[in-house]
Amino acid sequence: MTDVLVVGAGPAGLAAAVAARRRGAAVRIIDAAEGLGGQYWRHLPSSRPSEREELLHHGWDTFGSLRDEVCQDPDIVVSMQTEVWAIEQTADNRLRVNLARGEADGTGRLTEALAPEQLILATGAHDRALPVPGWTLPGVFTAGAAQAMAKGERIAIGERVVVAGSGPFLLSVTASLGQAGARVVGVYEASRSRALARHWLARPWELAGAAHKIGELAEYAVHHIRGRVPYRTGHGVVAVHGTDRVEAVTVAVLDEHWRVVTGTERRIDCDAVCFGHGFVPRLELPIAAGCHITERRFVHVDACQRTSADRVFAVGELTAIGGADLALAQGEIAGWVAAGGSLDDRDIRRAIRSRTRAEQFADRMDRAHAIGDCWSDWLGDDTIVCRCEDVDAGTLKRVAAATNSTGLRPLKLNTRAGLGLCQGRVCGRNVEQILLATHGCEEFADATTTDRRPIATPIRIADLARAPEHPTDSVLNRPRSQ
Amino acid sequence: MRAVIIGAGITGAACARALARAGFAVAVLERGAAVGGTSAMCEGNLLVSDKAPGPELALALHAADRWYALRDELRDELGPDFPSIEYERKSGLVVATTHTGARALKTFSGTQRAAGVEARELSVDDAGKLEPFLTRDITAAVHYPQDAQVQPAATAEALLASARRAGTEVLTGVEVTGAMRGIDGRINGVSTMNGRHGADIVINAAGPWAGAVASSLGVSLPVLPRRGMVLVTTRMPHRIFRKVYDADYVGATQSGDADLQTSTVVESTAAGNVLIGSSRQRIGFDDRLDLGVVREIAAKSMRLFPFLAEMQILRTYGGFRPYMPDHLPVIGEDPRVPGLYHVTGHEGAGIGLSVASADILRARILGEDSPVDAAPFTVDRPTLVPHLREMAR
Repeated sequence: MTDVLVVGAGPAGLAAAVAARRRGAAVRIIDAAEGLGGQYWRHLPSSRPSEREELLHHGWDTFGSLRDEVCQDPDIVVSMQTEVWAIEQTADNRLRVNLARGEADGTGRLTEALAPEQLILATGAHDRALPVPGWTLPGVFTAGAAQAMAKGERIAIGERVVVAGSGPFLLSVTASLGQAGARVVGVYEASRSRALARHWLARPWELAGAAHKIGELAEYAVHHIRGRVPYRTGHGVVAVHGTDRVEAVTVAVLDEHWRVVTGTERRIDCDAVCFGHGFVPRLELPIAAGCHITERRFVHVDACQRTSADRVFAVGELTAIGGADLALAQGEIAGWVAAGGSLDDRDIRRAIRSRTRAEQFADRMDRAHAIGDCWSDWLGDDTIVCRCEDVDAGTLKRVAAATNSTGLRPLKLNTRAGLGLCQGRVCGRNVEQILLATHGCEEFADATTTDRRPIATPIRIADLARAPEHPTDSVLNRPRSQ
Repeated sequence: MRAVIIGAGITGAACARALARAGFAVAVLERGAAVGGTSAMCEGNLLVSDKAPGPELALALHAADRWYALRDELRDELGPDFPSIEYERKSGLVVATTHTGARALKTFSGTQRAAGVEARELSVDDAGKLEPFLTRDITAAVHYPQDAQVQPAATAEALLASARRAGTEVLTGVEVTGAMRGIDGRINGVSTMNGRHGADIVINAAGPWAGAVASSLGVSLPVLPRRGMVLVTTRMPHRIFRKVYDADYVGATQSGDADLQTSTVVESTAAGNVLIGSSRQRIGFDDRLDLGVVREIAAKSMRLFPFLAEMQILRTYGGFRPYMPDHLPVIGEDPRVPGLYHVTGHEGAGIGLSVASADILRARILGEDSPVDAAPFTVDRPTLVPHLREMAR
């Protein structure tokens, strides 16, 4: 049996595990969370089951059948609360994947090393929020966090919520907020309607097959009209106000570069704000595995979902931000091929067709909702950009100007931006763009990015010192106890 | 007089500052980003404690005095907008954990005292007073008040900014491809991917890449990269107050072995992250993560500071140190190419020795008295000649 290790148990990872098993592989699937489903199908824990999950989730039936297949097959080992903390490229050009199991900041985590024959990376993306003055006030959430609280805890982040940013996820989070009992007072999409129309409505026949995706969006749209939620394009929340917590926001019209159109600012009272400016793929593991990253900062894959690294596949949001349909299709193809299947096999024809449609959809989304160049003009010098280390925009600009440095590494060391606990996951892209804008250049002279994190997740020194030197010989082996 | 300096790490920056202040028109050529190589991948040690009596110690003692004054000079010149170099004369504490190690440490520190180093033997109890979290499982401890540290990337940037203020031009993304020579055989500039730069003198300050730069200029130089890894913890309240290291470190710095050697070196940064080293390994320019090295460093650090076991490692980084087969830096003119100077080969001591090396370079070029005897650092010293011959074959 081929050994396949799948990292990430969201739609892409689950589909990959099931397809690989169907094709006859031995599969191990791991995820840092306690429950299967990833961010997309985040739900109440099984200790507190809900009757209403299917109302809150798209494709809940799909999740149910994937979950059942994964959990009921003895040749699929499921390891929850398990993280990859490092991937090594060994001298014989194999990969060694180092796992740690247990509470993320707990002591005495079980460590394990694997040398899988095939590795499928399905680590997804985390959501991006652009900083604005006041965004560190209590009551400001990222769209992802707001969604997670609504789906995973049934908690609404506020009573009067403003949703702002860019992309269809704003609609999705608005729906979730409504279901959790919040009143959304406005949704502000920064992209202008012309850009949306240009990408959304061009060549509609390409989207014909993505009807249910369109349906999903239509459903959100209907939900908005019914709920009387104002939806404005070409608008952004450019400041958040309040003393101890959010009391109001400033909304303004944005031009195509996301510059504020002077005189259009309006104040809107609210007690919570939810920001979502697209997603950033979690690239640290692909980079550690030696995968080529494209100019648009996704993992490069071929038609089989193979990366440039030998025996490493990437699926889902690592390759494009395309939602669950794309993730499911890519996962199925990668799992099938990793287990020895071929693209010509009948079994995955449907997945290939579905992938083509979803890719077109993803590409349009990406273009329609691209972040404008001038967003950093919104910032004051005292606006915090890196929250872990309390680094403000003024410091970034001042140090970049004083040192004249075009190297990301020395700039990080000398501003401390991105050196904190999250290792630049939250602020990385924002920090990069502010620094590059200061010098007016396209990329850093040391050709590095904030995505490179050889230690992918913090690990205690005792656990590190005890980490096994030699990998177990099969992904199905349970880790030895320590 | 025009000078071209190859490499914008801390050594190139210190040399640029020294020459620009002496009235040279200086251009620094950097292949990548300034402060993008070894100077951004190290700990920033300014140590005398790890050096045996001899030329390198003399250089380090001169450097220790220079840094003390330099901190204020740079701060006054660059003002509050510039990131702090985080100079801290925090002193070093070297401990032994075996009886053999204890004997060796006491003998070694005795020879250092004779050479002018402040080195005080402490009882285990007194060591515990200086470092309450240190293991009591030690056999000897020596305190070195002259040891200090800086934040290396900020320090390199500060020296470079100061050099700019003295008229230095820094060009990044410029790779040197060859030498320009006059009919008298002197070097009179370099050619690069982006055109030529004329100069009366050329200084090779490319750290571990200085061997490749020398080759492109038509001479051999036996500089090899020696990899060193550093582990960085999350921030915490300060529990480690000095530079604390195991006496094994001295042996590792003086060894010529290519295989992996690790010894424990622990210190806090101003921000509260703890830096944990150290390793030395000659594996070319291979920068892939090797957890074997990281694991060994982690395991040894817990023996010195047991509380570290529960602390979290946030990141690791590895840098290449410019290694010389006879363990001495090269500072001076290349007799094979008049007008070409090398300043490299400091291995793990380059941050501390950069400024002192620039002082020697300046003295050699201007024909002034050198603050430290420069003879041991020449390119044609007896201990290096066999290696040069070996390479020339």
